[in-house]
Amino acid sequence: MKAQNVTREIMTGNEAVATGVKLARVKFISAYPITPQTAIVEKLAEMVSNNKINARFIEVESEHSAMASTMTSEMTGIRSFTASSSHGVLYMHEMLHWVAGSRLPVLMAVVNRAIGPPWNIWADQTDSITQRDTGWMQVYCESNQEAMDSILLGYKVAENKNVMLPIMSMQDAFTLSHTSEPVIIRDESDAYDYIGDLNLPFSIDLKNPLGYGSLMPPDGPFMELKKDMRDSMYRAIEVVKEETKKFNEKFNADFPGLIENFMMEDADYALITMGSMSSTGKYTVRKLREKGMKVGLIRILFYRPFPAEEILKSIKGLKGLGVLDRSITFGQRGAVYEDVVTSLYNKTDIPIKNYVIGLGGRDIRVKDYEKMYEGLMEGEDSMEWINVGGK
Amino acid sequence: MYEIRFHGRGGQGAVTASKMLAMAAFKENKWVTTFPFYGTERRGAPVTAFTRIDNVKIELRSQIYEPDAVILLDKSLLKLVNVTEGLKPHGLVLINGKQGDFESNNGFKVAYVDATSIALKNHLGDPSHPIVNTAILGAFSKVSGIVSVDSMKSAVRDISPSKINENVNAIEEAYEEVEVV
Repeated sequence: MKAQNVTREIMTGNEAVATGVKLARVKFISAYPITPQTAIVEKLAEMVSNNKINARFIEVESEHSAMASTMTSEMTGIRSFTASSSHGVLYMHEMLHWVAGSRLPVLMAVVNRAIGPPWNIWADQTDSITQRDTGWMQVYCESNQEAMDSILLGYKVAENKNVMLPIMSMQDAFTLSHTSEPVIIRDESDAYDYIGDLNLPFSIDLKNPLGYGSLMPPDGPFMELKKDMRDSMYRAIEVVKEETKKFNEKFNADFPGLIENFMMEDADYALITMGSMSSTGKYTVRKLREKGMKVGLIRILFYRPFPAEEILKSIKGLKGLGVLDRSITFGQRGAVYEDVVTSLYNKTDIPIKNYVIGLGGRDIRVKDYEKMYEGLMEGEDSMEWINVGGK
Repeated sequence: MYEIRFHGRGGQGAVTASKMLAMAAFKENKWVTTFPFYGTERRGAPVTAFTRIDNVKIELRSQIYEPDAVILLDKSLLKLVNVTEGLKPHGLVLINGKQGDFESNNGFKVAYVDATSIALKNHLGDPSHPIVNTAILGAFSKVSGIVSVDSMKSAVRDISPSKINENVNAIEEAYEEVEVV
């Protein structure tokens, strides 16, 4: 369907990712299939065999090898991609550190799925949240449109000379990955113009041999390199802002950037969300606003680097705040909650509540959001489980 | 917003039907989302799929709890599933079957079509596994008035991997034969 030079098609989140990979001129794909990511790999394999994408596709025997081969291909200066989910991401954990530490701007699509046991294939962000300390940037998508756009924008941010860190783009299992909805297909020539070619400042070349990751004694610049990685992660905040602006101008798009503020201008109470759960949250905000409740929603897109300054600006004037975690950490409150509280330490005196929700694909409903917004008005900073044990 | 819940068995095409319906509405410039409830898919197991249709961008992403319409691709599910659960007052129930298969005094609009016979007549599937999804969509177009039969046929032409003429015929025949009680 063509309307005003915009091509809109109905596609799943998985198809949107595969299309984004094609638009980003990825030259190397290596992946191991796992539900619910499988359709990404299938679609890309089909594109490769039909010459719809000029890339090499290799099958590997595990996710560890998928990340190892993606890393080594990127080392030779080739834009490389992989995708995984759940236990597949955990199996890559060691290699995630190697990729980030080697400063390789690889992109991986992650379809967020629960970690067993018990065995569960449904949405849950514990798989990627537990990779937060690997040095990868993380962006969480709310729609299939963002699942496509974040691939283009993600490579641009990762490959920026001031960043040079890998990035994961997340979408929730089934809620996006297997849901079909209208997506604007970005124009191919605009996309090529936007993304350009990968030019690594250093790459392996047979004529000019180079080593990666060799032994570094305590008095070598080990700590300095780690500091540089962390500094680069913080520099990525400005780069995301700049690239979001460029992306939106280029494609006449409305990618929000680090965070999105929804009806926050005059809000008294707000929830902080991440991923596809945000849509039902916005639906509920509109409903509660009709009843006269001054509520709003702050959506985190970039969890790494964490947008502390942006959140601080957004919460000005609030009477209560809640943070949703669709992941579980044991012996402490939720991961997103802790990051929000750390970011706001000594800068606000409003109560901040933590809600654990939607683990293992448990449906996130309008009535759950209504309960959470009502809970904020109690003024406590407790942690609560939502829709657990029939409550 | 109009919300539809499909009940079928694995292999009958309920998930594809939900996508075809969304595609048909999309062709009429509507916003749509469609998603299956994924259990452990296998042939014969009960399957649920959902479609939402609206004039504005759809934000709600939960499962559908209060549908406007329920479509039943296999009447044997009546014994296993409470098909009218949450159905709105005066909501539509469309059943692949014949009058008398379903009893309800709740004021629902109940419609029947023999989608199995129509599918077999058009060589869609075989007697043990008839593929009834396109026939049921033709009937739904008539009794719901939500999507035109032409858009439905156009969507089926886009999505069907094979037997396009047979599927289009099934839509047309079901459109003519469906009966509201």
